[in-house]
Amino acid sequence: MNNSSILNSKIFKPLLISALFLLFCVKPTLSFSQEKAAEASEKRFDPKELVFEHIGDSHSWPVSVPFMSEHFVALPIILYTDKGLEIFSSEKLGFHHAEGHEAPVYKGEHYSYKLEGKKVVAVNETGEINKEAKVYDFSITRNVISMWMGMIVLLIIFFAVASAYKKRSGRAPKGLQSLLEPVILFVRDDVAIPNIGVKYAKYMPLLLTIFFFILINNLLGLVPFFPGGFNLTGNIAVTLVLSFIVLIVINFSGNKYYWKHIFAPGIPLWLYPIMVPVEIIGIISKPFALMIRLFANITAGHIIVLSLISLIFIFKTAWMSTVSVPFVVFMDCIELLVAFLQAFIFTMLTSLFIGMAVEEHHH
Amino acid sequence: MELVTPDLGLVVWTTLSFLILLFILGKFAWKPILGALNDRERFIEDSLSKAEAAKDEMARLTNENESLLKQARAERDQILSDARKVKEQMIADAKELAHKEGARMIELARVEINNQKSIAMADVKNQVATLSLQIAEKVLRKQFEDHQKQDELVSQLLKEVKL
Repeated sequence: MNNSSILNSKIFKPLLISALFLLFCVKPTLSFSQEKAAEASEKRFDPKELVFEHIGDSHSWPVSVPFMSEHFVALPIILYTDKGLEIFSSEKLGFHHAEGHEAPVYKGEHYSYKLEGKKVVAVNETGEINKEAKVYDFSITRNVISMWMGMIVLLIIFFAVASAYKKRSGRAPKGLQSLLEPVILFVRDDVAIPNIGVKYAKYMPLLLTIFFFILINNLLGLVPFFPGGFNLTGNIAVTLVLSFIVLIVINFSGNKYYWKHIFAPGIPLWLYPIMVPVEIIGIISKPFALMIRLFANITAGHIIVLSLISLIFIFKTAWMSTVSVPFVVFMDCIELLVAFLQAFIFTMLTSLFIGMAVEEHHH
Repeated sequence: MELVTPDLGLVVWTTLSFLILLFILGKFAWKPILGALNDRERFIEDSLSKAEAAKDEMARLTNENESLLKQARAERDQILSDARKVKEQMIADAKELAHKEGARMIELARVEINNQKSIAMADVKNQVATLSLQIAEKVLRKQFEDHQKQDELVSQLLKEVKL
């Protein structure tokens, strides 16, 4: 094949952009797996490992600079054991040890620890897992750091907007303020008020925080390099917490009609043994659906993007990027839509459930 | 399975962080932002209702002005037509008066003329009488200068007397 014809062709520029994009996109995780592949040269490229490495949590933070080798920043490990608290760096556990090698054992104050997969376990002298030791892992993992970064971004944005409202009171919004005002008004006028009704004002802080927390983390998750590149809103623990907070808010704001509907619906007596358990399951299943929906949507998007990128390494040819990259760009566009959509749906359903709980019946 | 097993550490950190975020944003961001939005909406609503009121007031004033103008115009027309009538009346009156005065003066003149004429006629009559007498005297004197004629006349007169 004549290379000059490629250079001259009109598709060269998009190709170059795609290649650069690819470089920035997948550097953090891919070079890691490449390195691994180099160390175990016979080992074949495993897309599953790559994808789960990204989707899951980890005790290290990948820092990647284009054209440079990748570095991992150690994160603190905080363990609460039955004998007391242990805090040490994840470097001690060799967070980045090659596959196949024995993980290094770190001797702490109370137990010795090593990494079993991604989990920190206590081991005894012989290197066997100590079943008797109770170890709870409260480490600052990659997702915790990501969440904090997302929160810092949120705080910076909304402190700026709030101060703009104070400074420019009585005047037309400007800049960031006018970008976010329609979104805030959308949450208030099209999400909260139609679903909750007159009592909406009490729930506005929660709804806005949920909406922007999910949105900012969805969007940062789409950014392939710092400060993004994580899968926070696609983590079941995070969606669990969000939906649990929603569960508590719904049930604490439920009025007598809400509880009457659950425990004393106006139905024949013989239906009670069926209906009451169904309604009680309904209390749980509503937030549960929220949890699964957000988790599945975001995780699925990340898996598709990473799988498309993995195709290049499965076929072991850069030409595959001409297929993969357009598809990834397409998927990223859809993910952008999904990022907004899921934030909207979560907030929408939350306000709908709150609305059902605070609704006044007149009959 | 690992994917759908929530990690305890992350659950705890997320709960803590989210609640702190909710508190901080609620206190320092959502409260001022929503407050400002509410204030602005109220201000806009106020301004709109004020504008509406001003519009009504304006319309009322315009109506009033128009009716005033109409009234003024009607008054003006009334005054003008009155003035025209008065003018015509005055002209007519003046004409009549002048006519009457003229007639009166003509009458007076006629009476005076008649008076003067009769006086003059009387004068003329007197003059004529005096002249006639003088003439007659002179004629008679001339005729009765000789005695014969006097006698003749006496005799004639005497003849005429029939006793």
